[in-house]
Amino acid sequence: MDVLSKLEILTDAAKYDAACTSSGSRRGFKQGWIGNTSSSIAGCCHTFSADGRCVTLLKVLMSNCCVYDCAYCGNRRSNDTRRAAFTPEELADLTINFFRRNYIEGLFLSSGVLRNPDYTMEQMIRAIRILRETYRFNGYIHAKAIPGAAPELVEQLGLLVDRLSCNIELPSEAGLRTLAPEKTKTAILAPMRQIQNRRIQNKEELVKYRHTPKFAPAGQSTQMIVGATPDSDLHILRLTQGLYDRYQLKRVFFSAYVPVVENALLPARGTKPPLLREHRLYQADWLLRFYGFRAEELLDEKTPSFDPRLDPKCCWALRHPEFFPVEVNRADYEALLRVPGLGVVSARRILTARRSGPLRVENLPKLGVVMKRAQYFLTANGQMADGLRFTQDSLLRNLIAAEQSQLPQPELQQLSLFDSAGLLREATP
Amino acid sequence: MNEMIYLYDGSFEGLLCCIFDSYANKEILTAIFSDEDFAPTLFPTRTVSTNAGHASRVLRKIHKLSPYAEELLRRGYLTCMDEKEIRLYRLVVKLLREGAGFLRDFSDETLHPVAAAVRHLNGEAHLLKGFIRFSELGGVLGSEIEPKNRVLPVLRSHFCSRYQNEKFFIYDRTHHEALFYAAGKAVIRPLADFQMAPPDEAEANYRLLWKRFYDTIAIKERENPKLRMSNMPKRYWNTMTEFQDASYFTPAASSAAVPAPGAPAGRSVPETPPAHGLSAPASAP
Repeated sequence: MDVLSKLEILTDAAKYDAACTSSGSRRGFKQGWIGNTSSSIAGCCHTFSADGRCVTLLKVLMSNCCVYDCAYCGNRRSNDTRRAAFTPEELADLTINFFRRNYIEGLFLSSGVLRNPDYTMEQMIRAIRILRETYRFNGYIHAKAIPGAAPELVEQLGLLVDRLSCNIELPSEAGLRTLAPEKTKTAILAPMRQIQNRRIQNKEELVKYRHTPKFAPAGQSTQMIVGATPDSDLHILRLTQGLYDRYQLKRVFFSAYVPVVENALLPARGTKPPLLREHRLYQADWLLRFYGFRAEELLDEKTPSFDPRLDPKCCWALRHPEFFPVEVNRADYEALLRVPGLGVVSARRILTARRSGPLRVENLPKLGVVMKRAQYFLTANGQMADGLRFTQDSLLRNLIAAEQSQLPQPELQQLSLFDSAGLLREATP
Repeated sequence: MNEMIYLYDGSFEGLLCCIFDSYANKEILTAIFSDEDFAPTLFPTRTVSTNAGHASRVLRKIHKLSPYAEELLRRGYLTCMDEKEIRLYRLVVKLLREGAGFLRDFSDETLHPVAAAVRHLNGEAHLLKGFIRFSELGGVLGSEIEPKNRVLPVLRSHFCSRYQNEKFFIYDRTHHEALFYAAGKAVIRPLADFQMAPPDEAEANYRLLWKRFYDTIAIKERENPKLRMSNMPKRYWNTMTEFQDASYFTPAASSAAVPAPGAPAGRSVPETPPAHGLSAPASAP
């Protein structure tokens, strides 16, 4: 099989992995090496695929042969699909040549479980080793730790790559038992804990010895599938917060489940992936990471899932009228961040701008505040936007209307004046 | 204080000298034109001669007042903002009159257009760090871009550190200039006309591999052309490998990628210091 067909099969098998980031690892150029990692805080997107997702890394599997039989996965043992595997040399050559042409920022390597977890990890390590040691590639590498592999292999891999990740996939143990019977919660969490401990240890070593090799400097991430199991948003968000708190993950990714195989336990093929739900989860994830919210504030047992019509921050604001309006000339950063329509950038700009004089409502759009949401929740110099009148009810309606244009529209059907074709024929002689 | 229109040579130093001369002559500027943009008017004009000493005095003063203002001035000069010269001039005048305080207020009416234009430039440069596509021809990496702003000075350090062992060039079709890099040295030179040579066998193969990867990585059930377009506006597509038609992926029939010894003189980038190897991709169409 030629490299072109292999690339096609192994890309197709890897595309459901949501993680594709190249940030968090700042490495300048090294004499005699090729490449560096992006100095931008947001990484660097090299293109956007037809589904609008960023492509920054060469995202492929080492092999899509798998000994496991997870019901939700297209690479499951019992699925009848074309199988392929890269040799380590092919993969290294492809990566370096794509990188030189500025197609990609680096490599994102994952794999189906070939023979057993240890053997799979060894293959991945061999490919990455060629890339780092023979080609002297200094760019970004993200690799998957295979659940169940020996800790020594995770250690070796962590010293070669920038980011390690270990996918939870199914957000509950019940889901794992029914859909992925060969995987267990402990087998997934063990490498996550190991990576976390090793990174803490590495930080201490780096203080003592400046040239200690870095262990996964861009940290670790994970992914959960949304919509394959009946887990609620509340459950997923609590788990997410727990992972940030207890495992110090950099990111938790959510992947709307796309039915790839027919299975009685799963949504039928042809079911649309729950994209809006995924979107709301990401919005909440941002609120956890950058806005100082906690999962309990956003959802509770009474409302275990997000409102599809409004973003989580607006929902929170509507439930807490006592917090508003916020006075932009006096409120602290944390309070500003809680105003819908205000983000990290505009809140910072307000903090600096108000040092040179009191702010008025007219100034706010120039500072990046989205007034169609924010106007209901803030005052500037004690005044709200001119001519603004609203009640609790109309506020909800206005906010929903403001959000409406950004949501995917239901497909419209052209209404016809003439419901029978015969009438139509009469009308146009 | 007389009102006056100044003409300058289009260089950054020239612009700084306009500012210097306006203070030396006690004149208020109503417009600044570079020589090529100027259409004769009835208003009094003065042609400013560029003086390196004056330029550096202006820059030193601005730097002392606010390093941020210096960056705005340097970057603002590279943007495609309408009437950028006069806007930058007004920013400097306000800075000298009032001090650096107003630079903190993003909504200030003198600062806002300049800061927004600089953000546009930085944003475009950031996108292009990803969207630039190189082709390897005869050991040299070459690429073409069509930016709105003059991004090459902003892109220089990123690509020089990324490809420090390579020889490469980036040609800016809009502003007819190119960034050349070889052996640790980078220069930006005007380049009137340039045509990329067709790919050789290996290059065409990697282009095809990339195109196949790009087409495969999208999830069909999630297709969202609007989102793709807002993340990656269509004006960038023109120079990106994945959006080219079939002829872009077929190698040249003969060994046309190897430069003919007698390449036309105008194509081989005259007066460029790292000239070795650069003649390779710059062959005739």
